[in-house]
Amino acid sequence: MSKNIVILILGEFVKGTLSNITREMLGGGRESADNVNGRLALMLLGDNLELAAKEAIAYGADDVYLAENPELVTYQADTYLQIIEKAVKDVEPEILLTGQTSIGRDLAPRLAFRLGTGLCMDCVRLDIEPISRIVRMTRPVYGCKALAVMICKTKPQMASIRPGTMKSGEQDRSRKGQLHALAADIDISQIRVKVTAKVDEQMDSVSLDNAKVVVCGGRGMGSADSFSMLEDLARLLGGAVGASRPPCDAGWIPSTRQIGLTGKIVSPNLYIAVAVSGSSQHMAGCAESRTIVAINKDPEANIFATAHYGVVGDYREILPPFIRHTSEILQGKGGSTCY
Amino acid sequence: MQIVVCIKQVLDPEMPYSAFRIDPDGKRAIPPQGTPPVISPYDENALEAALRVKDVHEAKVIALSLGSRLARPVLNKPLAAGIDELVLIEDPVAADLDSFASASILAAAISKLGGADVVFTGRQAADWDAGIAGCAIAEELKMPCITVARKVSVQNGMVQVERLLSDGSEVVEAPLPCVITVDSELGELRQIKMQGLISAKKKPVSAWKLSDLKLESPPPPRCELLELYIPERKRVCEIITGENPEDAAIKLANRLFE
Repeated sequence: MSKNIVILILGEFVKGTLSNITREMLGGGRESADNVNGRLALMLLGDNLELAAKEAIAYGADDVYLAENPELVTYQADTYLQIIEKAVKDVEPEILLTGQTSIGRDLAPRLAFRLGTGLCMDCVRLDIEPISRIVRMTRPVYGCKALAVMICKTKPQMASIRPGTMKSGEQDRSRKGQLHALAADIDISQIRVKVTAKVDEQMDSVSLDNAKVVVCGGRGMGSADSFSMLEDLARLLGGAVGASRPPCDAGWIPSTRQIGLTGKIVSPNLYIAVAVSGSSQHMAGCAESRTIVAINKDPEANIFATAHYGVVGDYREILPPFIRHTSEILQGKGGSTCY
Repeated sequence: MQIVVCIKQVLDPEMPYSAFRIDPDGKRAIPPQGTPPVISPYDENALEAALRVKDVHEAKVIALSLGSRLARPVLNKPLAAGIDELVLIEDPVAADLDSFASASILAAAISKLGGADVVFTGRQAADWDAGIAGCAIAEELKMPCITVARKVSVQNGMVQVERLLSDGSEVVEAPLPCVITVDSELGELRQIKMQGLISAKKKPVSAWKLSDLKLESPPPPRCELLELYIPERKRVCEIITGENPEDAAIKLANRLFE
């Protein structure tokens, strides 16, 4: 019997609460499910998941499928795949979503293979036709130079969703939903890859992937020291610092901070590009940001072709008063940037 | 040890927006005049990963490429860099394959080569940016897959890989054979030396068709491309000016946060 689950989201959490991208998919998924009169479900793997499950319902899920086992606390592809493959075949969703995260990227292609279905990675938009429930999936290709609209010819229709492209709903603690326990037995013989060490980076700062505001420095920054000014601005805005490729190549900033085709792809609400020329390889990593601000002394710099707001000038003269004045404005507003 | 590196020829991703054109009816990008194709950048990182294993182990490294029209000068680069053998699967049908179909053909070719102890690919190709093929090759060959590697070492039939996560990195271990997808953090493909260019000419290059893999037709696509278009960039940047830099800075802050 069909459970009328139109969308099933593979959820992730950070320190016990749902990750931003999971909330965003619940927000976007809720709207779509309502449009087609179907149910929205979330699947979580881990241990002691009740609080996260309640949070998922508050953010829009009708059904939450839980696989609880201490072995599932850390993501491992071979274990997760066995449980999720079985569960998806049982739940029979029309659409299956993951985040475009390190887990989603690692898991989704193999899951699609095992389910014998199609998959569109890194989607920035989904449009569901109400009757057929066929999803038109839009994704940037050719380093964001073009957009492709695709459909899956098989079910479930699978997509991974770029963080920041769907909008989380407000939390509503009075919403009702159903919890379902999934079989969480693990066949150890299928585990081939073992994690032997884990290194957390950026513990005391906001991670680039989740940042609502990103301050990015380019070749024109001139030195490693100059990035401290960007750190100040990022701290003030509750954001993260990134860089285009030249500062990473020069060793001014770790290459984990690189934004672009060969680095991270980000789509924050506010992207401030400082002394960044805006090569197509860099713009591929940030072009989907909601508001782009460019500060560059070259009025012909390519970055101004994509930016919403620009100031032509030397960042050394512009950033200090900009930081000072922004700080004053934010103090007057209780610290919120509205981004 | 036998290592296979899957490399894809793509339009140069560094080409400017203005040179990028699409044939909307054919739903394809049009190769620009005068800008030759390149090996997808992450695939060059994958070649480097393989060569580093070869630096310390007895290994034969084969580069494998699938495409409808492959440019020999582009694909000779791996041979000059130190790869031992090049295998090209050139077939007109390869123009419109999805990642799963490409993976199944590449996997069939790897089997025809007698298998591999390690298969390297880039983490994703610079044209369609899907990042599916490496994982799908692993599934086809029933091998474990380790994605987004930045450091790889092989020892006693095991591979140890440092891989990138969104909040840091982790070290994983797996038995051979396995598939590893490589990130740019692993490092760029080594410089090509004159000696390499000379020895490349003597290295074996094979050209296969799908029929050589006993595949009459490629697997049917799982997804259908409905549209491919260049988004309009009519965004007009609002340039904020002031009497002096400080004035402009204040106006910008007001515009953004007031």
